[in-house]
Amino acid sequence: MFKKQDNDAGKIGDAEAEFHYASFNHFLSIPAFLILLFYFPVNASARVITVKHGTEINTLQKALVLAQNGDIIKVTKSTYFIEDLIINKSVSIIGLDYPILDGQKKGNIIVVRAPRVTIKGFIIRNSGISNIRDKAGIRVEKGDSVNIIDNRLENTCFGIYLAKVNGGTISGNTIHGANSVIQSGNGIHLWYSHYIKILNNKISRQRDGIYFEFATHCEISHNLSETNYRYGLHFMFSNDDNYTFNTFRNNGSGVAVMYTKHIRMTNNTFEQNWGTSSYGLLLKDISRSVISYNTFSKNTSGIYMEGSSDVKAEHNNFLNNGLAIRMLADCEKDTFMLNNFMGNTFDFTTNGSENLNYLKGNYWDKYAGYDLNRDKKGDLPYRPVSLYSQIIEKIPSAVFLLRSFMAELLDKAERALPSMSYVNLYDNEPSMHIIRP
Amino acid sequence: MIQIEGLQKKYGKIHALRGIDLTFDLEQVVALVGPNASGKTTLIKCLLGMVIPDGGKILFDGKNIEGDVLYKNRIGYMPQIGRYPDNMRIGYLFGMMKDLGKNRVKDHFDEELIDAFKLGAMFGKPMRALSGGTRQKVSAALAFMFSPEVIILDEPTAGLDPLASEILKQKIQKEKEAGKLILVTSHIMSEVEEIADSIAYIVEGEALFYKSIAEIKSESGEERLGKALFHLLGKRA
Amino acid sequence: MNKIIKYVLHDIFRNRILLAYVVLLSLSSFGLFLMNEDVSKGISNLLTVLLIVIPLVSVLFTTIYFFNSYEFIELLVAQPLKRSKILLGVYAGVGLSLLSAFWLGIGLPVIIFDGTIVGWYFLLSGTLLTMVFVSLAFLASVLTRDKTRGIGIAMLLWFYFTLIFDGIVLMVMFAFSDYPLEKLTIFLSCLNPVDLARIMVLLKMDISALMGYTGAIFNQFFGSSAGIVLAISVMLVWIVMPIALALRIFKRKNL
Repeated sequence: MFKKQDNDAGKIGDAEAEFHYASFNHFLSIPAFLILLFYFPVNASARVITVKHGTEINTLQKALVLAQNGDIIKVTKSTYFIEDLIINKSVSIIGLDYPILDGQKKGNIIVVRAPRVTIKGFIIRNSGISNIRDKAGIRVEKGDSVNIIDNRLENTCFGIYLAKVNGGTISGNTIHGANSVIQSGNGIHLWYSHYIKILNNKISRQRDGIYFEFATHCEISHNLSETNYRYGLHFMFSNDDNYTFNTFRNNGSGVAVMYTKHIRMTNNTFEQNWGTSSYGLLLKDISRSVISYNTFSKNTSGIYMEGSSDVKAEHNNFLNNGLAIRMLADCEKDTFMLNNFMGNTFDFTTNGSENLNYLKGNYWDKYAGYDLNRDKKGDLPYRPVSLYSQIIEKIPSAVFLLRSFMAELLDKAERALPSMSYVNLYDNEPSMHIIRP
Repeated sequence: MIQIEGLQKKYGKIHALRGIDLTFDLEQVVALVGPNASGKTTLIKCLLGMVIPDGGKILFDGKNIEGDVLYKNRIGYMPQIGRYPDNMRIGYLFGMMKDLGKNRVKDHFDEELIDAFKLGAMFGKPMRALSGGTRQKVSAALAFMFSPEVIILDEPTAGLDPLASEILKQKIQKEKEAGKLILVTSHIMSEVEEIADSIAYIVEGEALFYKSIAEIKSESGEERLGKALFHLLGKRA
Repeated sequence: MNKIIKYVLHDIFRNRILLAYVVLLSLSSFGLFLMNEDVSKGISNLLTVLLIVIPLVSVLFTTIYFFNSYEFIELLVAQPLKRSKILLGVYAGVGLSLLSAFWLGIGLPVIIFDGTIVGWYFLLSGTLLTMVFVSLAFLASVLTRDKTRGIGIAMLLWFYFTLIFDGIVLMVMFAFSDYPLEKLTIFLSCLNPVDLARIMVLLKMDISALMGYTGAIFNQFFGSSAGIVLAISVMLVWIVMPIALALRIFKRKNL
């Protein structure tokens, strides 16, 4: 397997992705690393081709003609105008001091059609815009184990587009779209791709920051996706993915995860996703997934759940959201444990009275009960669905009375007479203290 | 100076004034006399614009007072019960009234009564701490302060000690001699006899008669005003 | 008129109740700000004070002050002073005192601890609300000669605007829940200065909650600068209308 990697410069990322592909494992193990070091001297013999103005090789096209699999093409700083540059050899293309690849708003800028290609250190700008064919800064078609590292994509319709790619790393890229909704595609777009790592990228002003369709076994971590027109992250039919330590901020509609199972969402921050139909996290037909250690802050709705089942939400912080959680009545067997709910206008709403979900041991700042037996759990159950929010559920225009004396009285009355409430949802062991991880 | 023509006032069902016609001139002291709740105070309040009449009119110096306030520059008023802001000190009250009426006097304020009543010594006291008599003194002093042409005194001596009453009566006499019109209400006939030269007798909102005291006495043949009035009224009844 | 304002201010600033009001407001605002680590939570708790305590104290203090100053007003009416100037003078005096109390007791802490746009809207709402209830209190006061009845009317007005009105709105919403009521609620909010003041603050504060639901329509409407101008204008109408009416009545009133 590794012999195929003969003349490569031996970059960790590449090897890692390759190994990844090979072993179906998410993590670089130590033996693999040692093997890599062993092959290092072989890799050192790779040819280096330099693209430079005033020399014979003054374009990337010329360099690519000369190159063989495993070669390194170094590109010196300048502006190169290219359109649909097809890379069909397994080469590493490395920009020195960020040379500019300008697509002049025509087609794709780079199209990768070979495995084990690395593209690193470029400013890639001005792809074409088309409604019929998705045009991208870097388009990878069946180019397994691709490495796209440390590039800046500006004003591209799609930033990085992966179609039917197995293995690869997209890391450290900055993708900033064309300040217009119509001209924007997705920042990082995966379609039928698997075992891709998406790390440390910054994406803004795209349609969707990161888009997954039929993309499985991927890891998305430490990315910042903000001010995108639609979703910061958009999942469809993409199972077995992990996303951790990402920040999704101020996107048109937050993050959407749909028709998917076995997703792990941990340590992410969802914040400031404001708007009429905007959510920190929108879950639609999700099952057997984990949402933990995330922070949902200042969203219109923190989490919106529709048709979800077997979702475990633990150790999340819901802070200052208009509504922390909206869970439609078709959700079942979801559990909420050890989460903090603080400063939300409403903690929980639902559209039905029957409840098939489970709440336990969460901290609710609105809880007004007491703890006489000092077990650090409130002696009375907490009802997160307030009477006033139930009224709003029936009569949406009653939001007019938000924070009025009237609304306050209703909730006080409900505390005195719990039978006034018709929603059957309790936290039987509300925590008396903020839960620290 | 003051012409009252067909003055009417109703408070709900109570008909306080039922068409009063009276004329008062300068150099006159007129006593408004009548039983309790006969409409004397209402009449005075109408004169001062504190009560808005329902019918008739009041001419001051030939001009209808309706909607006017400037004529009040020429009137001094001492209410039946002087009520003042509780927290206000006397000195401050006088200062304020002078301040508010700065343009009402040509050269100096008439402070004769302040001095005569020795109110200066009490300038530091708040109004709420004063006895009824002292309040009356304050009210009287305020009524004369701007040397107005017309002075209206509602039960001026009620609650005043004899000495203070005497001081006030002398002041009234002095102002009359200075050519002013003075309107007084009083129940004390000896006092009326002493200070007034005519009486307007008001009963149930009507002016029963308006005559000089000399006329009343000669008509009735009685020496004392009280008896004379009793005689006169008894005859009518 | 300036002189009347001066004397009213002189009188009120010696009033212990006003001082107590300042102390109460300061205690609640400093208390709420210091108790909550989160400043925005302090403001949201203070909103209750803004919507309940400030109208109550404004309307009660003004009514009681008016009746306690009845003698003073009588005294002034007997002087060559226009009734309108007397009433407006007293009005301005009371208004200025209550506004000073508000700005001292709440304005200062809000500026110190918050100082955001939410804070400024909060203070704007409080200022307008104070004046609305001073105006309403003057109306209540000139409607009757009797102090107890005057205070009764004032309390009723407060109760109506802080609770009853919203209760009626809620019932109307229940009854007509099949119809689109969003536009109606905008109209309804204009009928109650307390609701209007609340919405002005909420649009800046609970923006995330209001943007969901039908709150969006509020946001579109009152969130635009034209909407804010309209909201402030309606509040001004709520200040001017009662005092203008009070003035009309007072001009014909028998003292």
